[in-house]
Amino acid sequence: MIRPTTVDSVALARRIRAHALRMTNAGGGSHIGAIFSCADILAVLYGGILRVDHEAPRHRDRDRFVLSKGHAGGGLYAALAERGFFPVDKLLTHYQNGSDLSGHVSHKLPGVEVSTGALGHGLSIADGIAYSGKLKGARHRVFCLLSDGECDEGSTWEAVLFASQHRLSNLVAIVDYNRIQGIAPISEVLELEPFADKWTSFGWAVREVDGHDHAALRSALAAVPFIQGKPSCLIARTTKGKGVSFMENSVLWHYRVPRGEEFNAALAELEGQQ
Amino acid sequence: MRDAFVRVLTELAPKHPELMLLTGDLGFGVLDNFSAQFPRQFLNVGVAEQNMSGLAAGLALEGHSVFTYSIGNFPTLRCLEQIRNDICYHGANVTIVCVGGGMSYGPVGMSHHATEDLAILRPLPAMEVFAPGDLWEASEASRYLASRPHGPAYLRLDKSAAKPTVRPGEVFRPGSIRTVREGSDVTLAATGGILGEALLAADQLAEHGVRCRVLSVHTVKPLDTATLSIAAAETQGIVSIEEHAVDGGLGGAIAEALMEAGISPGFFVRIGLRNTFSSVVGSQAYLRTVYSLDAASIVRTVSLKLGIAEEAISR
Ligand SMILES: [Mg+2]
Repeated sequence: MIRPTTVDSVALARRIRAHALRMTNAGGGSHIGAIFSCADILAVLYGGILRVDHEAPRHRDRDRFVLSKGHAGGGLYAALAERGFFPVDKLLTHYQNGSDLSGHVSHKLPGVEVSTGALGHGLSIADGIAYSGKLKGARHRVFCLLSDGECDEGSTWEAVLFASQHRLSNLVAIVDYNRIQGIAPISEVLELEPFADKWTSFGWAVREVDGHDHAALRSALAAVPFIQGKPSCLIARTTKGKGVSFMENSVLWHYRVPRGEEFNAALAELEGQQ
Repeated sequence: MRDAFVRVLTELAPKHPELMLLTGDLGFGVLDNFSAQFPRQFLNVGVAEQNMSGLAAGLALEGHSVFTYSIGNFPTLRCLEQIRNDICYHGANVTIVCVGGGMSYGPVGMSHHATEDLAILRPLPAMEVFAPGDLWEASEASRYLASRPHGPAYLRLDKSAAKPTVRPGEVFRPGSIRTVREGSDVTLAATGGILGEALLAADQLAEHGVRCRVLSVHTVKPLDTATLSIAAAETQGIVSIEEHAVDGGLGGAIAEALMEAGISPGFFVRIGLRNTFSSVVGSQAYLRTVYSLDAASIVRTVSLKLGIAEEAISR
């Protein structure tokens, strides 16, 4: 079995955010708000929860991580590079001609299980991986990070139904619940509340947590499955753009490229948090 | 064809524990035996084709050889993006099985007819596309897909099937066209069960001295351009025949391949649906007559091209 190596997840989250900021700046990429929203979740996962080995990224016993919100690929690339899956230097090729680091996450990179980008795909794939693990009696777990926006997709709920029907207790869905979707707040588009009740009524064991509180995230993720025989859902209440004041809770920063003064100001804020 | 497929899968499942059959809640009475014998290799995923396809990709990434099974467009068009992104982009070992190719489910209505599937699945990178013409081809294509690791594939199974065309000792070669009847006047190239209509038409034309070469294009992708090129050179023209839209299907594929190879047949006619939905009610055989896909329509088309008086044929 692979033992996770534990690192300071707060420092890791800070580095993920700084990398992502530089990457989107250099490549002209977007989705910085979505990356900042889940940077703490990624840092806690890669800071000691996931049993993965950068020297054997395809190890049979590894935990599988599926980033269903593929537009936060920059955040996952940063986490993987920081954990030694590939050189940190590679990050700045993000979005650039000829790079493997596409804006939406790509399985060409070591440590990335699947490519995503179209919403509502990841949980179905995670279901398949988890079902296979269960058939084989394997010990590894499957973690899938979703956006709240992709809970609009019917396919997400098809996958939710399947996981509870087949008691995929080796499956953990984490929802980055920042309450903002593509171009508007969730409340103005398709309200998801009562959100936890939806997952519970679909047969999942649900916990809610502050998605920026590392201790809370860690203790919840270390306690999966929350209930034996059920898939686990962790609703992480987050702030889109978390970490840079002027990006927080802003639809604009789903798309805007951090440049010039904005880039400098954002970097200064992140560095000030050290 | 469906039964032939299930028979092959049932035969191979014990030898290939990695085989898995997923159904989108269809196959009443047909899959019971398989599910009872191989519960670990069978999953009814419910009426949820998108999830079925993503799930199949996930299973395949973990080493399973997966078949997704449903009717008409449900396992294909309904979940096209999962097929494209999850299955094809990851090169996943998944075979999508459509039972009811073309207008197999005749009177049930257009919702259950698969008449654009070949055109839509064919351009997906790495996807192999099979549409067997008789039961032997259906069995052999199933066997090929179930007995060795491969990338994404589409298996289009028809309710109708041509009478057996196999020769003693013949070996099925995926990706190659079978010449099921020799002839030097005209080439009839058919895909799917409608091969039966092509053979009937060849019989009728033979009575008038027209010798048809009949090709069974059981593999639409990759397409056997060599056999088509030879047919273009050795016969006066090519007629493509499919229970499918002419655009992008077999007719489209042949046109692309020959044009690019710099070969132009004496004449080229595509028989299939032309910018139309199959909206008339009726059996598969009846609908073939309505949409001019039956043997008589093929005979008419060929006669016209060869300048044979219509009265001579219809008499
Ligand atoms: Mg959101």
